[in-house]
Amino acid sequence: MAEYQVKIGLASCSIAAGAAKVYDLLNEALVQEGIYLQRTGCRGLCYCEPQVEVVSPEGKHYLYGNVDLANASRIVSEHIRGGVPVEDFLLQGPDLEGEAGGFLGRQQRFLLHNCGEIDPENIQSYLSAGGYSGLEKALALTQQEVIAEIKASGLRGRGGAGFPTHLKWSFASQAKGAQKYVICNADEGDPGAFMDRSILESDPHSVLEGMLIAAYAIGASVGYIYIRAEYPLAIRRLKVAIAQAKEHYFLGHNILGVGFDFEIYIREGAGAFVCGEETALIASIEGKRGMPRFRPPFPVEAGLFGRPTSINNVETFANVPRIIALGASAYSVYGTEASRGTKVFALAGKVNRGGLIEVPMGMTIREIVFEIGGGISSGKPLKAVQTGGPSGGCIPATLQDTPVDYESLKEIGAIMGSGGLLVMDEETCMVDVAKFFLSFTREESCGKCTFCRVGTEQMLRILERITAGEGKEEDIALLQMLGEKIQAGSLCGLGQTMPNPVLTTIKYFREEYEAHVRDKVCPAKVCKALIDYEIVQEDCKGCGLCVKQCPVGAISGEKKTPHVIDAENCLRCGLCVNSCKFNCIVVLSKPADVSQQNKKGQRVGVMN
Amino acid sequence: MSALVLNEFKVQKEKNPLFVIDAIIQRHNVDPGAAIPILQDIQSAFGYVAPEVLERVSELTGIWASELYSIVTFYSQFRMEPIGENLIQVCHGTACHLAGAEKITEALQHETGAHGGGTSPDGKFTLEKVACLGCCSLAPVITVNEETFGRLTPAAVGKVIGEVRKGKSDCAHDAPACGGGCPNG
Repeated sequence: MAEYQVKIGLASCSIAAGAAKVYDLLNEALVQEGIYLQRTGCRGLCYCEPQVEVVSPEGKHYLYGNVDLANASRIVSEHIRGGVPVEDFLLQGPDLEGEAGGFLGRQQRFLLHNCGEIDPENIQSYLSAGGYSGLEKALALTQQEVIAEIKASGLRGRGGAGFPTHLKWSFASQAKGAQKYVICNADEGDPGAFMDRSILESDPHSVLEGMLIAAYAIGASVGYIYIRAEYPLAIRRLKVAIAQAKEHYFLGHNILGVGFDFEIYIREGAGAFVCGEETALIASIEGKRGMPRFRPPFPVEAGLFGRPTSINNVETFANVPRIIALGASAYSVYGTEASRGTKVFALAGKVNRGGLIEVPMGMTIREIVFEIGGGISSGKPLKAVQTGGPSGGCIPATLQDTPVDYESLKEIGAIMGSGGLLVMDEETCMVDVAKFFLSFTREESCGKCTFCRVGTEQMLRILERITAGEGKEEDIALLQMLGEKIQAGSLCGLGQTMPNPVLTTIKYFREEYEAHVRDKVCPAKVCKALIDYEIVQEDCKGCGLCVKQCPVGAISGEKKTPHVIDAENCLRCGLCVNSCKFNCIVVLSKPADVSQQNKKGQRVGVMN
Repeated sequence: MSALVLNEFKVQKEKNPLFVIDAIIQRHNVDPGAAIPILQDIQSAFGYVAPEVLERVSELTGIWASELYSIVTFYSQFRMEPIGENLIQVCHGTACHLAGAEKITEALQHETGAHGGGTSPDGKFTLEKVACLGCCSLAPVITVNEETFGRLTPAAVGKVIGEVRKGKSDCAHDAPACGGGCPNG
């Protein structure tokens, strides 16, 4: 009798959701049945981790989600031993176009096809899925033919800027120099983006194979992967993959007997966002402070240690082996005229089905949020979608039919970015979001350019003033002016794009800024200086739970009689709201005159 | 650095910290641009990069101590002061921010006593604010000694800290630690 096959996803997200313990339990039970439990990477359905897939002896696939220890035991006893699938937490089955159907069905998994299917720590698993056949095919072609194939596919840099990959490779291949380098940019710093982490944790060999093909095409013999230290599992799996690739002679000397040599080294980033910029990244690998420099010369002419260097992003590399193996047209068939292929997005925020998705370029934001993401998790209307992280823009719900491709997003003031896609509902304050991104870029500005260094500080102070209810009438215009000056006066992408979140929120949500400035009201009830917490007297049972939670003792009242919050001492931390079992603590806009009185007379030295 | 080598370092560093530093530099000195990996290894062996250490590294590598200092102060990963027994990293990525990372930080400060971030007076906890940890779908997220806890609430934070105080470190997958929002909850 054929056997059951069982797979469990073990990536960072799944492990954080408890998959490691589920693995232990399943493994122990399945060993007794003589079944091998296969570890895989991430399938992208982060909203219902951990996941277990069971393939029946007849070859039918069953995907289970939210598998905790109890559910795992049921899978073993009812499905594996009893032969009856457990329908309670089945996401997708042969007779069930389940909930996962909407999530997976609308996607086009060209690059992610291995993720969640193969064992990322076993090269055999990658090989049996057709791995390294792209490299074999590439090595049989000339360098120019490889570049021509990439050109025909229309692949553009997936790190955010969208520079045509074939052009970069062709410049690097034409550059003069005996020693050339390939660098994989895995310094995925955008908050809200986790595509690269997931690819590296789920299918690390595809990135190595992409780097190998690039190295062959440009004539490089050494490669570096610059990866964030915050991704320990991805680093570990990369190290395993590199060791296995060496054992199988895909790395090292005379690869596949064609006289091509290539080595890959890992460099861990030390926590500087600006190192995602290519010249800063190169400086960091060279052992210096990661500060960008003026271009030209571009890295393709004078990059790492002054030698010609091609830097590509993780996702770009991961696309390459499949493009070469299946042919350019298998990729270019997807997407729009100028933006070919697919793009991976990290869908997160206030959305029902958050996770990692891959869609053809040109799909609209509405389709992504509502059809794949299953709509807004709070049940409230969509307010905005943020793309491109701290360099990107906020797209209002009114523009949700915008197709997601490089050109369309640019037109409305946003950018594609590396692929973070954050969904926001009406509970989100756009001024607060702008302030959040700006405080991030303020911290991360390397300090080289005055406009970026000083400008971020000034913009942040203005935003802090506005959210504190102390905004002045001219502040909005001042923000716009500063933003434009910073864009013009900064050397690298960090400074040039940093004002985008502020400028797009002013463009599309000006009335929200005006409410903060003129009426001293935060319509989303987020900004602490403009809200009060209040206990609804009729509903309060006087249980005293909130009293215990309050860190400053601002809540008082007799047991079993309604309590009150002292607005003067209240920190507005919200701990009491979470502790109340009767949902009787509400957030109210502070009356305008009160907020005026509460001004503490602090003046911040902002340019006037 | 392998766990074995690290353990060896941990034994040796009590007796002679210089031995550890010398060994780390020896492992790297052929690499061009090795300054950052050397400092990273020193930090994982000692928990931080002490200013005195920079001089030793400078003597052995020929890199100016001022240049090493400029690296250590540029990259946020490096610490120049020792940390508490447990390192807690609070993710302040966008998804976590929207999901209430600020409230999680406040609850952590309240529970550990490490007000204003940094190390708690009893030396048990160090709180660190980090950029995105890449577990956005589980927001808000923290890591305690590299173990990830997701879908936290201020109440769940109290339980996590309680468990760590009790010395139970592998509580990540228990329902209380996940605040009940976890699939295991």
